Amino acid sequence: MIGRDLLGTEDLDRADIERILETAEHMREIGRRTIKKVPTLRGRTIVNLFFESSTRTKSSFEIAGKRLSADVINFAAASSSLKKAESILDTARNLEAMDLDAVVVRHAVAGVPKQIADVLSAPVINAGDGAHEHPTQALLDLLTVRREKGRIDGLTIAIIGDILHSRVARSNIYAFRKMGAEVRVAGPPQMLPAAIETLGVKAFTSLREAIDGVDVVMALRIQNERLSGTYLPSVREYSATYGIDREKLKFAKDDAIVMHPGPVNRGVELSHDLTDHRPGVILDQVRNGVAIRMAVLYLLSGRRQEGDPRLDLESGEEK
Amino acid sequence: MSEQRIWIRGGRILDPAAERDEPGDVLIEGGVIVAVGAKLDASDAQVIDANGAWIAPGFVDLHAHLREPGQEYKEDIASGGRSAVAGGFAAVACMANTHPVNDDPAMTDFIIDRAKQDSPARVYPIAAATRGLEGSEMTEMSALVEAGAVAFSDDGKTIMDGGVMRRILEYSKTVGSPVITHGEDRHLVGEGVVNEGPVSTKLGLPGNPAVAEDVLVTRDLMLAEMTGAHLHVAHVSTKGAVAAIRRSRERGAHVTAEVTPHHLTLTDEALLGYDTNAKVAPPLRSKADVLACREGLADGTIDAIATDHAPHAVHEKDLEFTEAPPGLIGFETAFPVVLDLVRGGELSPLELMRRLSTNPARIIGRPGGSLAIGAAADVAILDPEMNWIYDPAKGYSKSRNSPWAGQTLKGRAIATIVAGRLVYDVDRGVLYP
Repeated sequence: MIGRDLLGTEDLDRADIERILETAEHMREIGRRTIKKVPTLRGRTIVNLFFESSTRTKSSFEIAGKRLSADVINFAAASSSLKKAESILDTARNLEAMDLDAVVVRHAVAGVPKQIADVLSAPVINAGDGAHEHPTQALLDLLTVRREKGRIDGLTIAIIGDILHSRVARSNIYAFRKMGAEVRVAGPPQMLPAAIETLGVKAFTSLREAIDGVDVVMALRIQNERLSGTYLPSVREYSATYGIDREKLKFAKDDAIVMHPGPVNRGVELSHDLTDHRPGVILDQVRNGVAIRMAVLYLLSGRRQEGDPRLDLESGEEK
Repeated sequence: MSEQRIWIRGGRILDPAAERDEPGDVLIEGGVIVAVGAKLDASDAQVIDANGAWIAPGFVDLHAHLREPGQEYKEDIASGGRSAVAGGFAAVACMANTHPVNDDPAMTDFIIDRAKQDSPARVYPIAAATRGLEGSEMTEMSALVEAGAVAFSDDGKTIMDGGVMRRILEYSKTVGSPVITHGEDRHLVGEGVVNEGPVSTKLGLPGNPAVAEDVLVTRDLMLAEMTGAHLHVAHVSTKGAVAAIRRSRERGAHVTAEVTPHHLTLTDEALLGYDTNAKVAPPLRSKADVLACREGLADGTIDAIATDHAPHAVHEKDLEFTEAPPGLIGFETAFPVVLDLVRGGELSPLELMRRLSTNPARIIGRPGGSLAIGAAADVAILDPEMNWIYDPAKGYSKSRNSPWAGQTLKGRAIATIVAGRLVYDVDRGVLYP
């Protein structure tokens, strides 16, 4: 069963994931209507608590909440509690006093959503914490792959790039493995986390070996500040070694899809021709992101009242 | 000095200095031990019933942060001293990273004076090895030792310049005091906050690799061998550091070492829920490292158990994991926590007491660690079987940062005597000052 919070895909089991994906399929349908709004979460208050700047994820959660008729508040938060002399737990205790129905947390430091969840009675949804987890990204990636391939079980996924600093990689490793896929990771050795194989993946430093025969190639965004200096010698060298282009993609299956959590550094993680080759998949990730976040908000904040009321997505009436 | 006459009756006497482990009584008068043996009779004395308990030399802690002057909201010499005796510690060596730093004889004087007035435990200041803990200019060791400093350390900040460390070790030979190294290569630590390995990978927090400690400890051991100075390695936490110390001792270097109760019993898995109270420096390590530390303590590679008692306020530990300061409070939990080594069959009660009292006293050249007749009467009376729930709010430290909060612990100091005066009793609490 899905717990009170969504802190990571590590905590989900296969049935939870199936349920979220099924719910998201319904939510996708709402997004295609002329009037993209259902009254399901009318009267519920959802706070976006983003300590780290984010345009896409924050907008995605905001759109998701609004399509379900929740009141979505964007809580401006300083990037570090040291700067404003209030600890994150004090912030959380203040929010607790506001009787919220869900809190969506993004923070540059791993563990903050968990620390906040420990003091809040409202459900906490992790929208990305440091290099720990970004569960809704992994769920939307699962939805995207399942829609493209018709299944996840038995597929092989290669995640390429800066695995060390990537919460997207960790959430996808847990999520895809739980759904029966084989996961490989590849990147420069200094960007592969210590003992990464303990998460149940095969690690490669050769891109070619990593993508050999895979169904899905997932390129991670590489942060500009890591492209020169102590982690990598230069953009050019990274892109030549680990950037995905059509030539390298030939080693994957013929029908392999290329994914990217965005925003893409064109010509770095993905070559220009690939970015434009099948833009549909990467943009579908964005579309599926709204549906997944609607599903998660619905499944968590819709259940705050006792007795787990089943909410009707058509009318908003509780059955 | 105290005029108390105390008769500790009917316990198990554990005196490592005399290799003595037998039932008996201890009689204290005029601040010293006047009799030890079976069935003493001193009916006019104050009686402490030690039935079922251990009677051992009061513990000597080589490594604590008492925070005074400058951070009295975390701890002061009075509260730290009270917390110490409540854990069976009769003496505490305090680190120099106060504000201002203890790098000046006047500051050492201040700490000693304040301790005489406020602290039930003896307090031994450790002076900074470099001015302002900046790692560049050495302190006036001779004047500091004259003022009462027992050792030199920039604890918390590694002296990264090997040339500076070499000269400090050389000069320390003129005063004969140990130089204590906090062995973590700052560049290898980088942003690291948890031991690098499966746990840091899972948590997504920056890893602090064991090699950061292995490298720096090895450097300082080589400098100790070269200079012949007394190097003391603080809070050993890695398998590599234990092995390096063992080799260095085999080569005859004047090297001693300590390990904390937490590095002996907790692994990095204690951090899986992002508990900032288990964030320490060096970080909690892997199971293999913990086992190596236990083995090192048992075979004598590591001499002493030291708490690294490091109080921090609740609002400081309530921060993001990377922002929260490292450290935990350790006086009141040390004994029950390290009893794990007796239960595990790795140390006898006598050998455990040696590592908590006799060895640390020897390392800093101070009295203690002995129940010999005529010795200063610093005594810990310990119930190894008592079960109790540890609540830091009910303890004596001003801070509450403990990973053992709320846990049921087995074993507790039930009375502590310092210089012949009963300063702590489990039922009545701290009695003096």
